[in-house]
Amino acid sequence: MDKLAQGGGPPARERRTPWADAAFSALAHGAAWLTLALLAGIIISLTISAWPAISKYGLSFLVNAEWDPVEEKFGGLVMIYGTLATSFIALLIAVPVSFGIALFLTELSPNWLRRPLGTAIELLAAVPSIVYGMWGLLVFGPLLATYVQQPAQSLLSGVPFLGALVSGAPVGIGILSAGIILAIMVIPFIASVMRDVFETTPGMLKESAYALGATTWEVVWKVVLPFTKSGVIGAIMLGLGRALGETMAVTFVIGNFNQLDNLSLFAAANSITSAIANEFAEASPGLHQASLMYLGLILFFITFCVLAMSKILLNQLQRGEGSKT
Amino acid sequence: MSLVLSAGDKARMGMHLKRKRMNVVALALSLAAMSFGLFWLAWILFETIRLGIGGISLSVFTEMTPPPQAATGGLANAIFGSLVMVGLATALGTPIGIMCGIYLAEYGKGRWLGNVTGFINDILLSAPSIVIGLFIYAIFVAKVKSFSAIAGVLALSLIVIPVVIRTTENMLSLIPNALREAAYALGTPKWKVISSVTLKAARAGVLTGMLLAVARIAGETAPLLFTALSNQFWTMNLGEPMASLPVTIYKFALSPYDNWRDLAWAGVFIITLGVLALNILARVLFRKKD
Repeated sequence: MDKLAQGGGPPARERRTPWADAAFSALAHGAAWLTLALLAGIIISLTISAWPAISKYGLSFLVNAEWDPVEEKFGGLVMIYGTLATSFIALLIAVPVSFGIALFLTELSPNWLRRPLGTAIELLAAVPSIVYGMWGLLVFGPLLATYVQQPAQSLLSGVPFLGALVSGAPVGIGILSAGIILAIMVIPFIASVMRDVFETTPGMLKESAYALGATTWEVVWKVVLPFTKSGVIGAIMLGLGRALGETMAVTFVIGNFNQLDNLSLFAAANSITSAIANEFAEASPGLHQASLMYLGLILFFITFCVLAMSKILLNQLQRGEGSKT
Repeated sequence: MSLVLSAGDKARMGMHLKRKRMNVVALALSLAAMSFGLFWLAWILFETIRLGIGGISLSVFTEMTPPPQAATGGLANAIFGSLVMVGLATALGTPIGIMCGIYLAEYGKGRWLGNVTGFINDILLSAPSIVIGLFIYAIFVAKVKSFSAIAGVLALSLIVIPVVIRTTENMLSLIPNALREAAYALGTPKWKVISSVTLKAARAGVLTGMLLAVARIAGETAPLLFTALSNQFWTMNLGEPMASLPVTIYKFALSPYDNWRDLAWAGVFIITLGVLALNILARVLFRKKD
């Protein structure tokens, strides 16, 4: 009171913890650097561990299909092919379905249903992958073999190319079942991002189209989709990144067979992730482990590029949206 | 009012009908896609309950994982292992995630470190979890030369961090700037503004992120396969391999033994129920805040 009257202002208050601000800021900065260091650490440590294989095989690892731990000969083509083929099948199924779901959730669904249906689809993403794997192996695989593969085999037997696609013992494992299960797993990711992206379309644009007499489908196909193109591709890329890196669901149903001797969608094959999951713990520390690390590095590199692309495309849409308002 | 239509009218009519039909077909397909998505969710849940609920009994929670073809046995050590590792990984990863989320929302906006970290974090969020397992193997397991629960905890915590970062940043960004400015105007130092104003206002959201992270790692199998490995016995020693529910399910589900498969289904039932419950809880919690 006294002081205030004399000084003509508030008393200079002493801070009890003058260091706290700097310490807190340092902690926050440190955490951010740690995240960056994590990425660098993953790349560097995988490269070091994979070095024996990298220096021995170089890039020919990518095109060599021989994988023989006993003879110590390693090439990653079978696994890379399996990873790409299963992810491709997954996208083939998941993209149109996710588009339909996003369309339904943004344009068709009554308002009161939007939230519960959206949540249900997102819960599909929350189910642990091991559940998909076990379900795929013990429930879905046998059904696929009985009701799809066997009829297809009797229908196509003797047909030169298509017959080879469905050959193999009807046990329900292989590239196709892995692809289908991956599709179910990535649908929620693609669908929920697509829904969010569709919702960024300005109402004005859609209303103008409706006012000109466009049907709902025409509005989505000719207004919403062109406006959100980059976001939609970003959503698909995100799904692809997920599909490429999925481990457990694929490991259960792909069959873990390291040879590429037929084209069948129903024959046991292998993927990068399931090769690592199956062999790594038992691999002898040497060339075998290094080769598996090399595969892991390749996988990380591919998913990193795909996910980075997805992120850039999604950001682009956000920025475009900002400039238009 | 004549009903005679000119050729042009007819053509327009036909075009109109065609567009109408196209619209109906497209919307029907969209409805079909929605049902397709829900169908899998329903089917997987149905099978999980049908095959899993029969195996649930008290012994699942009290007895150790059995040898093949034993008459009794449970998942007690696996459930315990999962609880320990998930708990420790959350405790380790959450503070780091929250601090980094704070950096992104409160310090790093518009700075290169903020932009780069945000970008990298979104990639780590979807990065293959098996690669995280390889990373921990390379920097930890290979160095100490033994599989251990600690390695499992480290691997899981690396999965927790990006999830917590993302939600923390999002939730902090939702806090209106007026709140911060009001606090600064009172002469509050920045760390105090963040810790007792913005973070407090966003705590439901941050808790949501934590729950989602727990739900995510509770079902993770791949990063544990060659870090924590598995263990047939009860152990409280973090320096030893430790059983976890997902890895045990993986081992048992691929075995030819009936008792192992039944236990695997029981485990799948527990884990699915737990993870879905956590997800729903997280949503309810966050919705209340809105």
